[in-house]
Amino acid sequence: MRLAADNLGCSRGGRTVFTGLSFSLSGGEAMIVTGRNGAGKSSLLRMIAGLVHIAAGQIELTGGDAEASTAEQAHYLGHHDALKPSLSVGENLGFWAQYLGGDAATVEPALEAVGLAPLSGLPAAYLSAGQRRRLSIARLIAVKRPLWLLDEPTSALDAPSQVRLAELMRVHLAGGGIIVAATHGPIGLEAPRQLRIGPGPA
Amino acid sequence: MNALLALIKRDMRLAMRVGGGAMMGALFFLIVVVMMPFALGPDLNLLARIGPAILWLGALLASLLALDRLFATDHEDGSLDVLMMGPLPLEVAVAAKAIAHWLTTGLPLIVISPVLGLMLNVELRAMGVVALTLLAGTPALTFIGLVGAALSVALRRGGLLLAVLVLPLTIPVLIFGVAAANAAIVGPAPFGPPFTILCALSLASLVLGPVAAAAALRHGLE
Repeated sequence: MRLAADNLGCSRGGRTVFTGLSFSLSGGEAMIVTGRNGAGKSSLLRMIAGLVHIAAGQIELTGGDAEASTAEQAHYLGHHDALKPSLSVGENLGFWAQYLGGDAATVEPALEAVGLAPLSGLPAAYLSAGQRRRLSIARLIAVKRPLWLLDEPTSALDAPSQVRLAELMRVHLAGGGIIVAATHGPIGLEAPRQLRIGPGPA
Repeated sequence: MNALLALIKRDMRLAMRVGGGAMMGALFFLIVVVMMPFALGPDLNLLARIGPAILWLGALLASLLALDRLFATDHEDGSLDVLMMGPLPLEVAVAAKAIAHWLTTGLPLIVISPVLGLMLNVELRAMGVVALTLLAGTPALTFIGLVGAALSVALRRGGLLLAVLVLPLTIPVLIFGVAAANAAIVGPAPFGPPFTILCALSLASLVLGPVAAAAALRHGLE
């Protein structure tokens, strides 16, 4: 498994955000993307996820499922949690598990992994920001996909949840997965690769 | 297939829960039709003659009512991103949402239309025909509206733009829907041709609507 980006360029609303970005990651590797606000960290993740048009260059994921696109082999954890307030915690995760090609049996262990199992029947409207984040992370556990694209994954998480997320990421990497995370602070991984977009220290 | 059914089921469940739009269309339809006799006066013959047209117009407006939120809510809470990364082609996912929308807003309109016909002095046999034309025509309204919903996804107050964009496109459906209903009730034109064209409009929009809506959503990414 290998994720390679070659000479990527990004332009949003007619403005060039970054150009000439290249990197390559193999299975079991994590990369932290840093840069100032507006440097294009989120745009880079969304480009890999197929959600933003690639203005120049190319992204390739090799060694995975040859039939599926990069987006279909990736999980994207964005700023929004992709939850419906009127559905219960279990229903929210159950839907994503089914839609993304997992099965219903994975829902319970995934909720267990993020510590939300006791709240399974509660409508998501009553969750706190951190609990919503954890439910969103449970999606990555319920459906196995090799590439994780995490945009500020630790935002709103308390210290024990951050430790738990770091543990989940380590398990994912140990299983040959790839993680690309945009963040301003440490996310609890040992010696991840670094990619800095734009000039100067953060 | 599993993903398709999961998406339809989720959207129907959301529509049925608090804050969903399932019954709003039917209630709006009810109010529009009930207001008509008050505006037109108690002329039973007049009401019976224009009854099918009023029912069709009411159904048209009611079916557009909840449509503007079809993609907007998924866009706002990030669900649309994840939907696009699923195993379904976007065209199919979009069609699944439209099917769920039709089942929760279009179908109730058809079910209550015979009751509303009573308000307009439309006789029972004629009501069956109007309901039949609505059954054939409302999928076209939903699937044409789908394109407008996809185009206005990122706009605040997208509902107004949606109505302006979509209503002109629904004119053929309205013409042939009312023509088929009138043909069956008062004649002398045959029922077959307008009804067949109505079915053709529904089938064509069933194919073209999701393709156009998916293209609009993809374009919205850039």
